[in-house]
Amino acid sequence: MLSRVADSLYWMSRYLERTENMARLVNVHLNLTLDRTPADAVRQWERLLASLPEPPPWVQKPLPAGSPRTTVDLANRESIAACVGAARENARQVREEISSEMWEEINRLFLAVQQRQPIESEWTAGTHEFLAAIINGVHQIQGVTDATMTHGEGWQYIELGRYLERASATASILDVQFRDFSPDALPPAGVSEYVEWVGLLKSCCAFEAYCRHYTADVRPQRIAEFLVLNTEFPRSIHFAAARLQMSLRAIAGLTGRVNGRADRLAGRLLASLDYGQIEEIMGELPVYLQGIVRQANSINAAMYQQYIAYPIDAGLS
Amino acid sequence: MSRVSPIDAGSLNHLQRLEQFQDYALGAGFDEMFDRSGATRDHYATLSERLCAIDPQELHQRQSAADLAFLHQGITFTVYGEREGTERIFPYDLIPRILTSAEWDVIERGLTQRITTLNLFLKDLYNDAAVLADGIVPRELIYSCKHFRREMQGVRVRHDIYVSVAGTDLVRLPDGSFAVLEDNLRVPSGVSYMLTNRQVIKRVFPLLFSSYDVRPVDHYGQQLLATLKALTPSHRPDPTIVLLTPGVFNSAYFEHTFLARQMGIDLVEGRDLFVHDNVVFMRTTAGPRRVDVIYRRVDDDYIDPLAFRADSTLGVPGLFNAYRSGNVALTNAIGTGVADDKALYAYVPALIKYYLDQDPILPNVETWQLSNASHRSFVLERLEELVVKAVGESGGYGMLIGPHSTQAEREAFRRQIVADPRNYVAQPTLALSAAPCFVDGRIEPRHVDLRPYILSGDQVSIVPGGLTRVALRKGSLVVNSSQGGGSKDTWVLNKQLQARRPGAPDAAGL
Repeated sequence: MLSRVADSLYWMSRYLERTENMARLVNVHLNLTLDRTPADAVRQWERLLASLPEPPPWVQKPLPAGSPRTTVDLANRESIAACVGAARENARQVREEISSEMWEEINRLFLAVQQRQPIESEWTAGTHEFLAAIINGVHQIQGVTDATMTHGEGWQYIELGRYLERASATASILDVQFRDFSPDALPPAGVSEYVEWVGLLKSCCAFEAYCRHYTADVRPQRIAEFLVLNTEFPRSIHFAAARLQMSLRAIAGLTGRVNGRADRLAGRLLASLDYGQIEEIMGELPVYLQGIVRQANSINAAMYQQYIAYPIDAGLS
Repeated sequence: MSRVSPIDAGSLNHLQRLEQFQDYALGAGFDEMFDRSGATRDHYATLSERLCAIDPQELHQRQSAADLAFLHQGITFTVYGEREGTERIFPYDLIPRILTSAEWDVIERGLTQRITTLNLFLKDLYNDAAVLADGIVPRELIYSCKHFRREMQGVRVRHDIYVSVAGTDLVRLPDGSFAVLEDNLRVPSGVSYMLTNRQVIKRVFPLLFSSYDVRPVDHYGQQLLATLKALTPSHRPDPTIVLLTPGVFNSAYFEHTFLARQMGIDLVEGRDLFVHDNVVFMRTTAGPRRVDVIYRRVDDDYIDPLAFRADSTLGVPGLFNAYRSGNVALTNAIGTGVADDKALYAYVPALIKYYLDQDPILPNVETWQLSNASHRSFVLERLEELVVKAVGESGGYGMLIGPHSTQAEREAFRRQIVADPRNYVAQPTLALSAAPCFVDGRIEPRHVDLRPYILSGDQVSIVPGGLTRVALRKGSLVVNSSQGGGSKDTWVLNKQLQARRPGAPDAAGL
């Protein structure tokens, strides 16, 4: 597979995952805002912004921090639409590699976001539906991808992009939340705290899955355990690390480049999650979570070194 | 026989027909659907019946469905000169253009003769140049052509096939015969629209389609791949074939991705390729991989900054040397533009005589060389009647259509012609043939041409059909997509004219 194509597939997938995360975060927080005092709400939006990855460089425009308009801006041109646009632009550059069905779904999502009128306020009718439609659109694309694309090397880059992005995103969301709220209150002190923790779970689409696992008894440490170490929940860090390690191994096998740096880094991340204990992790949670983000970044860099931006002489010898 | 003019309106059927075609005025040129008397041509009879039975509202809905299908599939082209990345769908007309098997037979033989000649000419020109020594084509015409590549002198080209992918523009003259308007021998585009038009019309008009016996075009991708394979350097049994695109901002990018997918080959950009020891490699995730055949959709000028334009970032440094060494095949070959220069065009009938000793099956349109003093003065006196074209341009740019021009435009062209006569030719303003099109809820005639796509590898093959381009503006003669043109599907019928295929549904649906 062409290196440039692998690069585009990988970033197409990362941007789609980012779109979904962003849309869900905004949607959940919009709902939560209803239950909060105005001061809490502003703090909440700042937290949300802190947990987002950087928007693509060409749309970097300082968001007015602390104003409720940030939501609106997020749903407008600055972020969600930009991510969808970036995903589609990457897909357009590899149109011959992805299935026509995938392209049609991506294009449909892009056109829906493009045609949407700018949102004037967060309470404009249809904002919720709009965000839900974006999430739904991304799910459609993922489903069509799995159902229509050959699960070969290209598909593995799509998987890799998705789970690498997801591992970082879940770690960032957790990190920001745990910095603001003490996990020691067992169970959470007041109703307002309870709402925040449920909000965290919902931001990761995890509330229902959590309840089935632990019942509705919401405790910060269990939430951390669920979102970091659970092996079965698809948005947990452990799950993402296992999938991205599988993809890297598959790519190494297909290209005959086994035991590269990226594989070893991914294997190490997975092993640390395999054998980690939540009690130990809780002691240094912020450091631990930032470590996850850092490791995800070095896996990204090592993957580039190995498959995409390698020096030509190394390849020819 | 149904009539367009409302002379003998009688049956209900006639009244409906009148409603559908009430604004259909026969022009000076040939009409694809109606003969001079206004009677429907036999092979259009079924189409005419079906169109008359359908509510214009429904036609409109089907048109919207087709437009939406194009938009959703991203079948678009990029418009230059507007906001960067402006994508438009290529306007598509629902009503198919139908050619009989006998008409196609002449076209097929004529184009085969022409492409065979042009390949012989290029081989001769870039080797012994007997054609110049024998005085068939004047030397100054060749040496002053900006698409003539001295670098190609003596380069060995596999099977002597210089042009393996061509698209020739045909027009229909008022007497119903076809003539060649121009050859496109560099990087002709539009074939993807021929293929997608067919897919869409099958979806939109399944009943109508099945009631005609239309020859398929879907195997074009396979034939193109076979043509490219035939060019593989002989010592490479399992070749890697790629399509080289200028990139996502090129107006034909959709087509490049479409063809690569149809053939199952990699679509590469210049930055994906590099040359080492005169061998071309592409950068893959498994390391560098050797490339054997490049179907390039990048112009000569941009293909190798070391050999041609040094400021090109689209090309591959060293590619031309690898090509000259025979380590990689490029198609179309470098320097084929000399044979589709509009000034050389006038000599093609003589070339057919010279190389094949045959008379041209498809005639040329009368052409005046403006480098010739007597032609020039003749043309300058009649600018308001004639069409003047810059020889090296394509896509409908650099063209003056006399009858539709203003005094100022004519003066500007007059100055340009006098300053650089070699750069211009003139042709009579042709009454292009017209075909029925669905415009603003009515059926009206619009001017059309035809671009069939010719493949030439081990042998010459032409998929039956081509791109019928439509000048969607009323009265306009310009069919180029960059100038407000659209397209319609082109049906070439099988041997016998069959009103209805046995077993096909005979309900009056579409």
